Order: sequence, then structure tokens, then C-alpha cells
Amino acid sequence: MRSMRQGIGMAMMAAAFLGAVLPLTASPCMAADKEPYKIGAIFSVTGVGSFLGEPEKKTAEMIAADVNKNGGINGHPLELVLYDDESDTTKCNLNFKRLAKTDKVPVVIGPSRTGESLAVVGVAEDMEVPVITCASSYKIVTPIESRKWCFKVAGSESDVVGKIYDHMKSKGITKIGVMCDSTGFGASGKEELVKLAPEYGITIVADETFGPKDTDLTPQLTKIREAGPQAIVNWSIGPTQILAVKNWRSLKMDSIPMYQSHGFGNRKNLELAEGAAEGVLLALARVNVGPLLPDSQPQKPVIMAYKKAYEDLYNEPVSSFGGHAWDSMNLAIAALKAVGPDPAKIRDFVENTKGFVGQHGVFNFSPTDHGGLSKDDLEMVVVKNGDWALAQ
Amino acid sequence: MDFGAGWVQYLFSGLTTGAIYALVAIGYNIIYNVTEVINFAQGEFVMLGGLMAVFFVGTLHFPIPAAFVCAVLTVSCVGLAMDRFVLSRARNKSVLSLIIITIAVSILLKGAAMFEWGKDPYTLPPFTQGEPITIFGAALQLQALWVLGIVALVVVLLSIFFHRSMYGKAMLACADNPRAARLSGIPVRQMVLLSFLLSAGIGAAAGAVITPISLMEYDRGALLGLKGFGAAALGGLGQFFGALAAGLFLGLAESFCAGYLSSGYKDAVALLLLLMVLFFKPEGLFGSREAAKLKRF
Repeated sequence: MRSMRQGIGMAMMAAAFLGAVLPLTASPCMAADKEPYKIGAIFSVTGVGSFLGEPEKKTAEMIAADVNKNGGINGHPLELVLYDDESDTTKCNLNFKRLAKTDKVPVVIGPSRTGESLAVVGVAEDMEVPVITCASSYKIVTPIESRKWCFKVAGSESDVVGKIYDHMKSKGITKIGVMCDSTGFGASGKEELVKLAPEYGITIVADETFGPKDTDLTPQLTKIREAGPQAIVNWSIGPTQILAVKNWRSLKMDSIPMYQSHGFGNRKNLELAEGAAEGVLLALARVNVGPLLPDSQPQKPVIMAYKKAYEDLYNEPVSSFGGHAWDSMNLAIAALKAVGPDPAKIRDFVENTKGFVGQHGVFNFSPTDHGGLSKDDLEMVVVKNGDWALAQ
Repeated sequence: MDFGAGWVQYLFSGLTTGAIYALVAIGYNIIYNVTEVINFAQGEFVMLGGLMAVFFVGTLHFPIPAAFVCAVLTVSCVGLAMDRFVLSRARNKSVLSLIIITIAVSILLKGAAMFEWGKDPYTLPPFTQGEPITIFGAALQLQALWVLGIVALVVVLLSIFFHRSMYGKAMLACADNPRAARLSGIPVRQMVLLSFLLSAGIGAAAGAVITPISLMEYDRGALLGLKGFGAAALGGLGQFFGALAAGLFLGLAESFCAGYLSSGYKDAVALLLLLMVLFFKPEGLFGSREAAKLKRF
């Protein structure tokens, strides 16, 4: 057993090495007489961001194969030129330059993470190649004057916070306690929580911090309880978000509703919390809760189609991260279909795209908004009987 | 909420966390006493203990007591192998080189755990099912009692072992003076092996017992190891009761700091305490100044 696993490990390492050296081209050779259309892609397939890059790569490859099976884009076969940035900003930057100069792609999708994305936005501007990243930071698309060629398909944290605050307002909650981890994720979440609170008439009565590897959060929760809030928001990633729920439950604080960040939106967290997560609220993109959506929801058909195709092909559940690759890939394909492989025209096309129905929302780009999403593209979800349910 | 409940809650939290620091610190001390090596892979033993227990319960469906024992035994063997196949090959090198080798082993163990278990955290069912007990308005998880119980048991057993049994006395003799110990017929090599076996096992016990409370994943070892080392240094390297007291003290300091000062500075307070002690009483709170002068580290 173990030696087999080790064998797989070795193979993975070898594959990762090869991945760094060779581009992973996904398109099968097609006997087409038309020149292939290229889409460049950079994802963090290995390294710390691999949980993002892996489903993104699989999704992009699946879509490319599907497009080619159905006759390509206007008869042109689609060639996906995909590089792995190994979750490394320098490699990401080099890969982008290689895509633009050597592979001469007219549009790039990815990178997966904010750090890598910020490492390529400047190059994209200089080389005038449109880039549609899968990362969420608002810094990727602001200030808009110096982000002419940059777009993002992942929702902003301010939207998530806005959605949560809307829900609190509807429940008459005005006093909240906030706890965040000390990583970049927790810090930027806290920034948005503090910044947006006055706008929604919410007062933060307790503000606690913890480390990403902490083993016990009861001191933080006890302190929050003493401040007497009507709700608690926990903003962290990794095991502490489960720890927060477990401690919250064992301190018998479940009369105070707990909101989690969108980072909690993984079914695995529900298993690990072992029932302690009942009643936890969070704002999630619709791709995570496809089957729960009413049939009248415009996104439902695309989400269900993607879910079925992905789960049939790879035998693993879809993730919201793969959804980002779906959105960026299909935006790029729509642009190629409409205007052909011309970077400037693709940029203009994406910037003027309205009502594009994707996995993470209905995108409405504009010359002042290169993100295209709003808080209305999120759904408030509650944990019920060990599964997600739409919150009232 | 009244002031009292918070106070008791911080106390419980601090004692539980501190007990784990104490177990890690005791693990450092056992190896340090016999070899003068500070084994920086100690935190990885804790991580491995937790993940092994998950493996025995989750994959092999062992009952929890059996899984606990098996996890401790497996990790003890890892500790044994670490000494037998890695450190003993470099026995003639300086203590500093050996310490650097332990860092390498810790990276290796962490990487191996990542390949085996992936990056996701894992959990274990609590050893006893049941609602938390409420004492003075503060909630105490039943698993926390197990943590404290196992720490107490380890401390008692170790004291008996070191003061009553032949092996324990022989190990202490190696610590006092390895050359004299060898001359009087004590197999020093075996004692070193035994020290690695013991401290890996104690680390694993700590890991298995906190996993139901705090979950466990492949890269948790480093921070636990660091805090445990802090406790060991604070209590005076090599002092068992010093390690116990300093571990609990460190846990309580963190917990009360999070409660009454700022949770953001919690880790800083622990390290600040450590720095203060190292500046003003470098042999640790419970160490002897004269003994410290004779040590190389």
C-alpha cells in the first residue's frame, strides 16, 4: 500500500518536473485546415496553490477538448497552451512573457492566486495582451486606468462581506464580534469587515485574532461572548475555521449565530466539524450549491451542465475554483468566436460583455468595472443536516 | 456574562494547550539529557502521532484505545529508526551538526506526511463521547480531561522510570557523564536509542490526544515543536518538572493574554517571556547555573 503510494508520489514529482519544462498542450491534433486559435493559461497546478490550480487546469482542458469535439471555434481548432507557475510569482511572470512572446497567444486565462496575478498585470499592460485572472483581489483591477488589459472573474471580498451584512440587517443584527486569522486572507477579510460595517449600521463590539496553526480558540470566543454581540463572524482558512465552529459549539454559544467566510464553502469542512457546524451561515457563489437553486435561476442550467460534465470525466466533485476557470475560459472562447485572435479586439469585447451567465454569477463588465460581479451573485447558505441549504 | 466565567474558561484553555507544550518539552528533554542533542523533529512526532491515530481509526477501524497505542508504537519506531539509520551514522560529528540533521529529518517527515495524507486537516472522535462539563459557567471539553490525564500519567511514569528502574537510572547516568557511564558498563548506544524511542512515543501520545480537539494536518508540527522548545528552555533544558511547569505556564500566559490583553499578541507574549528568561536567567527557571556552565548548549 505504502510503496504504491510512494510510487504515485514519485510519478507526481516527475510529472510536476515535466510540467515545469514542457507546456501541457491539451488539444488533440485535428485534421483542420484552418489555423488553430490559441488560449494561454497559467495556473498554480503544483505548490501551495495546487488546490486551486488543479481543478482549474482540469476544467480548462475539459472545455478545450469539448470545443474541439464540436468543431472548434468558427471552424478553427482551439489550442490551449497551459503552463504551471508552481505557485511562484517569478515563474508566473516568466510564463506570461513566454505565452505572449513565444506562443503568441491573443489572450491569457489565470493565474490562480492574487500574488501571481499581481506579478503579471504590469506585463499584460506593457505587452498589451488581455489577461482574465481567477484571483479575487480588487487590486488586480484597480486603479482601472492602469489595468486596461486586466480582468478578473472571482468575486471580491467586499461583495461577500456586503452579502453577509445584508443578511444580518434583515435579521435585525447590529452588534457583531469578529475573529480573523493572522494570514493575508484573515487580514484582508477584517479590513473589509471593518470598512463596510458603518455603511450597514453595524457595530463591531469585539475584534479578535488568532494564528493559522492555533489549537484552541476558546479564549477568543469567550472574550467575544463577554462583549455581548448578536452574531459572530469568523474569517479564516484551514483548520481554524473548523476549530472555531467546534469551540463555539462546546462553549454553548450556539444561540449567537455564526457567520463564516466563503473559505468554509467546502463539504469536507462539514465532515470535519462532525455536526458542530449546524446553523453556520455563509455567503457562497452559486456554483457551490447548483442543485439547490430554483429552476428559474438563470445560472442553474450552466452550473448543472458543468457539474455533470466535470464529475463524469474526473470522478471528483466540482469546486468553486474550477468554476473560475470555466468562467475565464468561456469568456475567452466567446471573445475569440466574436472577434477572432486579436488581443486588442478581445480586450474590447470582454470589457463590453454584459449578461454573461457563468458559474460564479452573471457578469456585467464595463470600462470602469473589470470584475463584473456584485454581491447579488452570491447566495446566503446555511448548514442544515450536515449539508448546505439556502438560508432565509 | 460575568467576569468569573471568562476567567475559568481562560484557565481551562491555557491548561489544555500548556499540557501539550509540556509533553513536547519533555520529549526534547529526554533526548537532550542523554545526547545533548536538541531534536527539532520533536514537533513532527506530535503531528505523526495524530495522523497515525487517524489512520488506525479511520482506515483500519481500530477502536480508539487500540489506535492510540498503535499510533504511539508506530511513531516510537519512527523515532528509533531516526536514531538508528540517520543520527547514529553521524555520531562522531559535533552536536551542532546532529541538531542540523534533526532539522533535515523534520523536513523529511513533514514532506512524507504531506504525500501520505495530503494537505487537508483530519479529525478523530473524542475519546469519551459527551457534552462538555460546565464548571463555574465555563465549559470544559471531556477531551481536555484526557489531555491533562495523559500528561499526568506520562509525568508519573517517567519519574518512576528514571528513579526506580535500572534502565532509567542508566539513562540518567549517561546524561550525567557518558564516559563514566560507559566505563561502568552501561551500553550508551542502547540508551540513546531508548531515548529516541521514548520521546517519539511521548510526542505521538500528545498528538493523538489533541487531534480530537484541534484537528491535525501535515504542517502543524513545526509550531508545536517551537512552543514546546520554548517551554523546555524556559523550564531549563533537561529538567522534567521544569518542562511541565513551564509548559503549563506558557499555555496559561497565552490564554490569559488572548483573554485580557490582545489575541493578536498571544504568540508574541510567549516568545517575549522566553527571551526575558534567556536574557536574565539563561539556565531557565528551574535549571541550575552551575550545571548550565558545563553544558555545550
